Amino acid sequence: MVALPANKLEIRGLDVSYGQKRVLRDVDLDVPANQIFGIIGPANSGKTSFLRALNRMDEMTSGMQVSGQVLLDGADVRSWRNVYALRARIGVVFPLPVGLPMTIRQNVTFAPRMRGQKNKARLDELVERCLRRAALWEEVKDRLDSLGSMLSGGQQQRLTIARALSQEPDILLLDEFSIAVDPVTTMRIEDVLKELKQEMTIVLVTNLVQQARRLADRTAFFLNGECVEVGKTESLFHGDHRDPRTVDYVEGRFG
Amino acid sequence: MFERTVKDQRNQRTERLFRILFLLMSGVLIVPVFAVLGFLFYKGAPALSWAFLTTWPEDGMTAGGILPALFGTLWLVGVALLVSVPIGVAAAIYLSEYAKDNWMTRVINLAIINLAGVPSIVHALFGVGAFVLFFEFGTSILAASLTLAVMTLPVVIVSTREALQAVPQAFREASWSLGNTRWQTIRHVVLPNSGSGILTGIILEVSRTVGETVPVMFTGAAFFLPYLPTSVFDQTMAMSLHLFVVTTQVPGVPEQLPFGVALVLILMVLVLNSASILFRSRLRRRKKW
Repeated sequence: MVALPANKLEIRGLDVSYGQKRVLRDVDLDVPANQIFGIIGPANSGKTSFLRALNRMDEMTSGMQVSGQVLLDGADVRSWRNVYALRARIGVVFPLPVGLPMTIRQNVTFAPRMRGQKNKARLDELVERCLRRAALWEEVKDRLDSLGSMLSGGQQQRLTIARALSQEPDILLLDEFSIAVDPVTTMRIEDVLKELKQEMTIVLVTNLVQQARRLADRTAFFLNGECVEVGKTESLFHGDHRDPRTVDYVEGRFG
Repeated sequence: MFERTVKDQRNQRTERLFRILFLLMSGVLIVPVFAVLGFLFYKGAPALSWAFLTTWPEDGMTAGGILPALFGTLWLVGVALLVSVPIGVAAAIYLSEYAKDNWMTRVINLAIINLAGVPSIVHALFGVGAFVLFFEFGTSILAASLTLAVMTLPVVIVSTREALQAVPQAFREASWSLGNTRWQTIRHVVLPNSGSGILTGIILEVSRTVGETVPVMFTGAAFFLPYLPTSVFDQTMAMSLHLFVVTTQVPGVPEQLPFGVALVLILMVLVLNSASILFRSRLRRRKKW
């Protein structure tokens, strides 16, 4: 019997560049399943490019080149013949909330409908389930057919999460989700993430060091395109053998 | 420490001067618009009537209405649109949503810019050479409309591409990251949010096409025809050419007649332009991002 690999994602020698400009250099790290994996680092350290490499978004971005390996459940994501099925397994939440200019209901059911799901009862059930899990249901259940792009920033961000959950992904990528969200909503989303990690693996890029500390089981510190340090979150904040740059960053001396 | 210095005073004087200068210039802009419209209404309004639009020219085109010319222009513009809109919109979608920035895209873009800069008389000659003679359509609605379509293609492409580019890139990325294909994204996210913009561009293009004279004169519009066209292989009369004819080619035309024709022509354009403004404002109201 072959044991399932405990690591959901294994990144080996990942390089990302835009034209001549290299933004990620030789990143090696493992993301264990059913954990929150935090990535911290100042702006322009390659965090977003890292996320984009995971779901092969480089293929949609002109000038972005990726080399190295991204193994999902032990298989290179580049070996997936159907990139769309791959992306369906990886939910993404962006820094600025993107409520698509369609109704709340349509936002959540967008991806399943594109996969051919037409059964109205099942779609309705899906809408409720996803919105509940994203802690948005109570606020919008009476106006599911109003425009998603009219919601407040914090609500739109939770709508984005509900939409990302609509295909039961095994991985959820969040890119600085709290940048345009009020503190109360941020806390609610953080609670949502703690719940969700029982069912999926979460990669959380954040510019808030304390957010990684609150949520992440393991954390990586990126700086100038380099993965300086990766390990248990606590050891990144308190370990004895830390890189001096990590110490400076987590203690707020730069960035 | 907060008194006005000499330099402050000078800055304020300059500020006022430029403000007035720019105001004057924009004032200059509206003068010809109202002068032209006012003059046309004054001179042409007496000629306007329902009969003017629905009857044939009489007495060697010195009296009567403009029915065949009006009808012919609708034909010409309609057929031109049938050709230029599908090609133009599809090309714009390719350039905006699919094309990578490589030499081929740059060549296409260069071609569009150059096509837009070709004078209409050159398009007319091209139309004669290509559609009338080479494809043997003869002087016909088809040849004239194809010429108009080639002429207006760059306008359709550029305006459509701009409407598509106005849709935030974040919407596309959100859709892609859900596992949707490029086409699903275009169909369900990009087009629904750029449709009014695309339509606006097309209407503006129509309003330009309506007035084109030289290309249709060379390729399919006739001086006078005693019948209405029944197929795209017939010749036709056209508003723009009719205006030219009654103004310069026929002796003894009462003054109000050409002004009446000109007024109908410009009213067609105005109606189309107002329609496009209406669409644009509807688009703005729907745009909530």
